[in-house]
Amino acid sequence: MKHLLTTSDLSHSQAMNILDTAEEMDQVSQREVKKLPTLRGRTVVNLFYEDSTRTRVSFEAAAKRLSADVVNFSAKGSSVSKGESLKDTVQTLDAMGADAIVIRHPAAGAAAQLAASDWTQAAVLNAGDGTHEHPTQALLDALTLRRGYAAARDTGSRGTDLSGLKVLIIGDVLHSRVARSNVWLLTTLGAKVSLVAPATLLPVGAETWPVTIHYDLDEALATDPDAVMMLRVQAERMGGAFFPTSAEYTRRWGLTDERLAVVESLRIGPSQAPAMILHPGPMNRGVEISAAAADSPQSVITEQVTHGVSVRMAVLHLLLSGRSET
Amino acid sequence: MNAYLITAAAPYGQQPVDILIRDGRIVSIGENITDDDAERVDAAGLIALPGMVDLHTHLREPGREDAETVDTGTRAAARGGFTAVHAMANSQPVADTAGVVEQVKRLGDDAGWSEVYPVGAVTRGLAGEQLAELGAMAASAAEVRMFSDDGHCVANPQLMRRALEYVSTVGGFIAQHAQDPDLTAWGTDYAAQMNEGIVSSALGLPGWPSVAEEAIIARDVLLADYVGARLHICHVSTAGSVEILKWAKSRDIQVTAEVTPHHLLLTDELVRSFDPVYKVNPPLRTERDTRVLREALAEGIIDVIGTDHAPHPTQAKECEWHQAAMGMTGLETALPAVTHAMISTGLMDWRRFAEVTSETPARIYGHTHQGRPLAEGEPANLILVDPGAVTTVRPEEHATKGQNSPYRGMELPGVVRATFLNGHQVVADGALTVSTTGRSA
Repeated sequence: MKHLLTTSDLSHSQAMNILDTAEEMDQVSQREVKKLPTLRGRTVVNLFYEDSTRTRVSFEAAAKRLSADVVNFSAKGSSVSKGESLKDTVQTLDAMGADAIVIRHPAAGAAAQLAASDWTQAAVLNAGDGTHEHPTQALLDALTLRRGYAAARDTGSRGTDLSGLKVLIIGDVLHSRVARSNVWLLTTLGAKVSLVAPATLLPVGAETWPVTIHYDLDEALATDPDAVMMLRVQAERMGGAFFPTSAEYTRRWGLTDERLAVVESLRIGPSQAPAMILHPGPMNRGVEISAAAADSPQSVITEQVTHGVSVRMAVLHLLLSGRSET
Repeated sequence: MNAYLITAAAPYGQQPVDILIRDGRIVSIGENITDDDAERVDAAGLIALPGMVDLHTHLREPGREDAETVDTGTRAAARGGFTAVHAMANSQPVADTAGVVEQVKRLGDDAGWSEVYPVGAVTRGLAGEQLAELGAMAASAAEVRMFSDDGHCVANPQLMRRALEYVSTVGGFIAQHAQDPDLTAWGTDYAAQMNEGIVSSALGLPGWPSVAEEAIIARDVLLADYVGARLHICHVSTAGSVEILKWAKSRDIQVTAEVTPHHLLLTDELVRSFDPVYKVNPPLRTERDTRVLREALAEGIIDVIGTDHAPHPTQAKECEWHQAAMGMTGLETALPAVTHAMISTGLMDWRRFAEVTSETPARIYGHTHQGRPLAEGEPANLILVDPGAVTTVRPEEHATKGQNSPYRGMELPGVVRATFLNGHQVVADGALTVSTTGRSA
C-alpha cells in the first residue's frame, strides 16, 4: 500500500491488517505515555482545503503519537487564497521534505490526482475529497463495529471481520463521502449493508452497489439491523430541493425518540448486546438524530472519535514505515 | 506553378487513378495521366478524399491567444485534413457582432492553412437573453450562415423559437448545444461534472443526466417543425438522443446532427482516473452510448462528424477536476479516431466517411466549393490518407497549442499524408509546407 485514496481497492487482508494494527495503536493510546518512536524524523503535512477541525486534530494527534513532525497547512490564510494552484502548493510541500501528505479537499479526486502526479513523492492520505470518499472515517467505523460485534460474541476483536453484521446507513448518501467509503469497506469485511434514504438523496447508479436499498426507515429497522449509522444532513440540502422541509426529513428518516425505542429492542446477532448507533459527526441534534439517541448507552459516537486516532496512527505507520528513508 | 499530378491515389478507397490539379481545380482524373510541368505526388497505397469540413471548432482568437490562435488552429486543421473549419462564437469578445466575425474571417484568410468560417452567437454575449445582431453578421463580409451559443444552451424556448424563425430568413440555421441548465445545475457550485450513472455514483461527482440533453433536443425538433426552420444539433452524446432524432427525421423535420470523435470512442470509465483531460461537455458517456452513436452515424441518423476541438492551456487541465476546463483537442486526431471507431470496425466505408466528414457538413452550411466530389472541374480541396499506417498520439508534436488530447499514448490507424487547399499543397508527407498566403511551417 503506497497511498490510501479509496476503500474500494482495499483487499480483505489489507483492511484487516489496518484494523489489527489499529488495535495495537489503541493500546498505545491507553498508556500514560501515549507515544511511539516509529516515525521520528518523518514529516506529515496536513493539507486542508476545507475547514475540518475534527479530522485535522485527529490526524495531528495520530502523527504526533508516532513521533512524526507535523506541519498544518490550511487553505485559508495561505497562498491558496491568492490563487496558487494545487500543483504548486504540493510541489512546495514536497520540496520541504513531506513524507506523507494528508489532504482534505472539496474537489472529488484531489487526493488521487496527487498520488498519480509527479508533483510529490510523499505518501498521500485521503482525508476526504468532495463527495467521493473518506477512507479513514470508514476504517474507524469498521473498527468500532467490529469491537462491538466481537464483544457481543465474547471473542477478541483482533482477527475478526464483520461477516454477517447487518448495518443500516441512513440519510444523505448522494453527498456523503462517508457512505461511499463505508459501503465498499464494510462489504469487503463481510457486512451486509443497507442504505435508507429518500430517492433524491441516493445517487443514480446506487442500484448497482452491493447493498440493499430502502426508502422507508421503519421497514429497514424491521429487518433487525445490528448497527445504524446516521449521516449528517447538510443545511444547504434543506431548502426544498431534495426534500420538502427539515421537519419532514426528521419524521421520515430521523432517528427520533420513537424510533430509538425500536432500536433499543434490537440486539447484535443472537447475543444480548444492544445494537450500535453510529454518527460520523458533527451531529445535527433534532434533525437526523434526537438528543436521546445521540446520548443513548447504545451510541458509540465517542468510541468512533477515539478509534479515529488509532486508525490514523495505523495507516500512517503502515504507509511510512514500509518506505525507505530518503 | 500550382500544378500537381497525384499518381495512383484511390478515391474513396476504390480503384487507384491519377489526379491532375491546376489553378485550384481538378483538371483531370483517370488512368495514366501525364503532365511534365506538374509536380508529381506519389500516392500509391493512399486514399484520396475530399478535404474534411469541421462545423465545430474552437479557435480561441480573439481573447484566448494563449490557448490557440486562428493561425495555430488552422495549422492543426490542415494537418488533420480539414480544408474548412467553422469557428465557434465563444471568443472574448464573443462573436456576436459583424466586427468580430469579420476579424475572425480575416485572420483565417491571412493564415491560409484552412478556410475559416466564423459562427455567430445566437444571443448577445452568449447570455441567452437577447438575440445578437444576426442579420448584421449574415450581411457582413464573413457572410455568417451558422449561429450557435455553443458552450451554452439556448435554454429559453421562446428565444429559441424566435432565433430559428429569424435566422431562417437569411438562409441560416441554429446549431444548438443541447443541455438543460437546470437539470445540470449549470452555473452553480453543484454543476454537473460527468455523465450521471454507475461511475458518477462511485466517484461522487455531480452527474450530467442524459435526459438534460434529450429534453432539449425533443423540444427543439418540435420547435423547428412548428416554425419550419433548420436546426443542427451539436455533439450528440446519448443513445436516447438518437431515438429522438430518428423520430424527427421520420417526420421530415429539418434537423441535422453531429457527433464528436471522442463520443464515438471514449467512455466515462476514463473519469475514474480523475485526469481532467477527460473532462468535456457534454461528458463522455457509457459504452452503450458509444455503440448506439456509431450505428447512428453509419445509418445516417447522425449526419456529420464535428471535432469540438477545444484547446486549453496546460494549467487549465493541471488542476482539480471541478476547476478544470471542459474540452479536448480534436483536429489532428479526428481522422485516426473515426477510422478506428468506424472503418476498422467495418461500420462504414471510405465513401460514407467522405459524406460524414466533408460532403454533408459542407451541404449543411451551404458551401458550394467544399465537400465536392473528386471529379473533373471540381475545386481541388482534397486529402491523401494512408489508411494502414498506425501512429502513437503525441500531443507535443501537434500543431495546435492545446496539449489536452485524450488520446495521448494511444495507437490509432490512419494518417493524413497530404492536404490540398484550393489547389495548394499545404501538407506534404504529413508535415505543413507553405500556406496559400506564403506562411511557412
